[in-house]
Amino acid sequence: METFKCECGHLNHVGTVICESCGKPQDETATDLLDMKYEGTARRSIVNNQTFIDKVWMFFSSVKVAVVIIIITLIAAALGTIFPQRDLLPPTADPATYYQDEYGTFGKIYDFIGLDNTFNSWWFMLLVASIGISLVICSLDRIVPLYKALNKQTVTRHPGFLTRQRMFGTTKVENITEEIEKAKKNLIKKRYKIREENGNILAEKGRFSRWGPYVNHIGLIIFLIGVMLRYVPGMYLDKALWVQEGELKPIVGTNQNYYIKLNDFHMETYNKKTEGKVYEEAIERFGNDKIPKNYQADVTLYKRQGNLIPGEEPKLTKVKDYNIRVNEPLKFQHFALYQVDYKIGEFSAFLFTLEDKKTGKKLGPLKVDLQNPKEVYDLKNGYKVELRNYFPDFYFNSDGVPDTKTRKPNNPAFVFKMTTPETPKGEVAFVAIKQNIEPDGVNKYKMTFAGIETKDSTGLTVRKDLTLWLLGIGGTIFMIGVIQGMYWYHRRVWIQNQDGEIWIAAFTNKNYYGLKQELKKVLGDTKIELPIDQQSEKSV
Amino acid sequence: MYELSSNFLFISFICYIVATFFFGGSMKVNDQGPNRWATIGISITILGFLSQITYFITRWIAAGHAPVSNLFEFITFFGMMLILAFILIHFIYRLNIIGLFALPIAIIIIAYATVFPHEIKPLVPSLKSYWLHIHVTTAALGEAILAISFITGLIYLIKNINQSKSTKKTFWLEAVLYFLITVVAFILISTAFNASGYEAKYNWVNKDGVKEEMIYNLPSIVGPHKGELTTEGKFEALAEMPALINAKKLNTVIWSIFAGIALYLVIRLIIRKRIGAFLQPFVQKVDSDLLDEIGYRAVAIGFPVFTLGGLIFAMIWAQIAWTRFWSWDPKEDWALITWLFYAVFLHLRFKRNWQGEKSAWLAVIGFAIIMFNLIAVNLIIAGLHSYA
Repeated sequence: METFKCECGHLNHVGTVICESCGKPQDETATDLLDMKYEGTARRSIVNNQTFIDKVWMFFSSVKVAVVIIIITLIAAALGTIFPQRDLLPPTADPATYYQDEYGTFGKIYDFIGLDNTFNSWWFMLLVASIGISLVICSLDRIVPLYKALNKQTVTRHPGFLTRQRMFGTTKVENITEEIEKAKKNLIKKRYKIREENGNILAEKGRFSRWGPYVNHIGLIIFLIGVMLRYVPGMYLDKALWVQEGELKPIVGTNQNYYIKLNDFHMETYNKKTEGKVYEEAIERFGNDKIPKNYQADVTLYKRQGNLIPGEEPKLTKVKDYNIRVNEPLKFQHFALYQVDYKIGEFSAFLFTLEDKKTGKKLGPLKVDLQNPKEVYDLKNGYKVELRNYFPDFYFNSDGVPDTKTRKPNNPAFVFKMTTPETPKGEVAFVAIKQNIEPDGVNKYKMTFAGIETKDSTGLTVRKDLTLWLLGIGGTIFMIGVIQGMYWYHRRVWIQNQDGEIWIAAFTNKNYYGLKQELKKVLGDTKIELPIDQQSEKSV
Repeated sequence: MYELSSNFLFISFICYIVATFFFGGSMKVNDQGPNRWATIGISITILGFLSQITYFITRWIAAGHAPVSNLFEFITFFGMMLILAFILIHFIYRLNIIGLFALPIAIIIIAYATVFPHEIKPLVPSLKSYWLHIHVTTAALGEAILAISFITGLIYLIKNINQSKSTKKTFWLEAVLYFLITVVAFILISTAFNASGYEAKYNWVNKDGVKEEMIYNLPSIVGPHKGELTTEGKFEALAEMPALINAKKLNTVIWSIFAGIALYLVIRLIIRKRIGAFLQPFVQKVDSDLLDEIGYRAVAIGFPVFTLGGLIFAMIWAQIAWTRFWSWDPKEDWALITWLFYAVFLHLRFKRNWQGEKSAWLAVIGFAIIMFNLIAVNLIIAGLHSYA
């Protein structure tokens, strides 16, 4: 690194604006206020500007560039909120046509230029990454020289340094040392740290506030690393899990180590009769039983014991009972189960009776479970019903043959074989909702519909997020840094004996009003005059 | 309890209005430092604030949850936090002119809140969490402190923009003032038509071809798609909107713009100069640097509070209620935009040429972003936050 020598004898790096030792401004011709940012030190971005890496470094170390990147990100984020993002569309919407249908031509353009997916797009990621790089480089570029400059500052400063501080004043007094001594005592009372040299004083406090920006930038960098960590396999899990009442299911993502059983699901709404008078008006406006009150899945969590053997039922031990509500997820190990969706009153079983068409005599009822139907239903005394075929979601396929669309029991249909002492060979009947077809002609017996059993289901989100602790640390460090930088102030007061006059200059990184109030108290019982705010002098 | 709490809100509203006049009076004496007018003004403000606190507590008791769960409650709370921020700033700087501007803006905000339904709404499951209290109150406090920078910025601009000739700057300053007047006009017409019980029903066809009913509370300038007025003797719409556009909201916007223009023109006719020029002499004695500094200080104090309430607490709650800490929900996005914007503000302050007037403009834009997030996102852009 190239250096040059100040008149005080100190060797400064090229690019230094204010001598690191005596504080002499290198541009002697200027008379305006000294720009005190980074103490006028030489930064890498100023010193080295030759190689490609230097140029990249220069680019990202510029606050101006950082501001431009932030503004572009801000505008991009704003554009991304004009219409809903693709992954937040209502579940019933068709994403292919949604934007045009819903918002016309603008929607189509929005979709076309990719704003429908702003926050997952490569260019948005690039912007956030640039902010990250800028955070690192800006901080590194400034923190080292600033630390050095503040650490080795001298007490006696060059007159040019003092006169060009924002707060500066001179006073002619008779007993200089006595007055400085008084001011010193007051400064100590105000918790300034005092350094003395040849009767000159440097009083300083709150220097740690200067590190605030760097601390909060470190917090942000950690936070961004935490966000990136999510893309490492195994760190993050986001799965949906549907469980019906009475059902026991392995929890996805746990390698079948954990099972969950839904004992009961409730959905409650606000009802005019049961709620107090307070909510009456609101319930009236939104409609009775229209405002949801509670979604709750009462579950039991099980842990598997021993190894998983194919074909064998796993051995389960109960871990705990828990009521999962919105805002009250079930947590175990690194996992959390959230209540996010539900289905009320899904068909779970159909009830039938075996009826003698002539006499009307009924046998049964028998219950056909729609998830796992039994094949044979023995009604004793030679009466028996066999389930020959089952179509959970019945329709006629393109060949005109009964078939099932899905595995969900939306429209169940059954082929029964009924055997009785009177019909030992058995009679076949096709039974669907409001249909009863007898392929062999006339049967003596029929299956009569005797009722439905329904069950509720809960839609849970299974979440694992091993990045949260890092995000928490990043967020905490950011808050510490931002409070450190914003709620404390770095204040310095120089009082020097200059040829029979007291020269006083003061600096703060923010809140000059507060500094002035403090100086009033510090200099109150001395003969030293308050330094003048040279900035407001100029503007008036 | 509910009625009692509403009465306390009304009392505080009156207090703020009365206090404004005292701060106006204090300007005649001196702009900074205690004088009798300012002392009475701040006392009445504190009285109003205490009354509003009582409103808040009694409504909390009545509802069983903190009254920050819908637009009416949130906006009144924001107004209350603005008053709190003003009181704090007043005791630090004793700059009376801030009262003259901060109080009317708080009054407008609280009056605006009353346009929304007031009744106590029971909490939906996703809001049932103590984080509702923590997140919403901290975010509102942060935004209110940031809003102080808007108030000092506005005063700075009124004082320092050269009004001797018409320039871009005078135009934009008038635009800001016109916007404030439009909000007042909107409040006045909606309150007036509400009080008169105006209601015009339309049968219309939505974009899916389904017939629906739409109730207008303002006379319809624009009607809904294939709208048929079913209430007799009401004003028939002049134009019909396509099904994609929410005609009722557009109608309200058109009314507000026109009423705003009308009110603005009336004021201009009376004062016979730009409003900025009219206000300028009142703020002439204020120290510009001090205004700039208070504005910066407000951002410096408000920024961490807003980060904590609007982003960090928000993320913690989102992780609990929505299963993930960030969903790119519009309200979240705008909180992030607000945060990024004030981050830009703080970075630009390093440069000396961005202090003063430029800073003041930034503070105005920042407040516009906050207001957009507070109001427009809920009303225009639906999302996970659309509870109200």
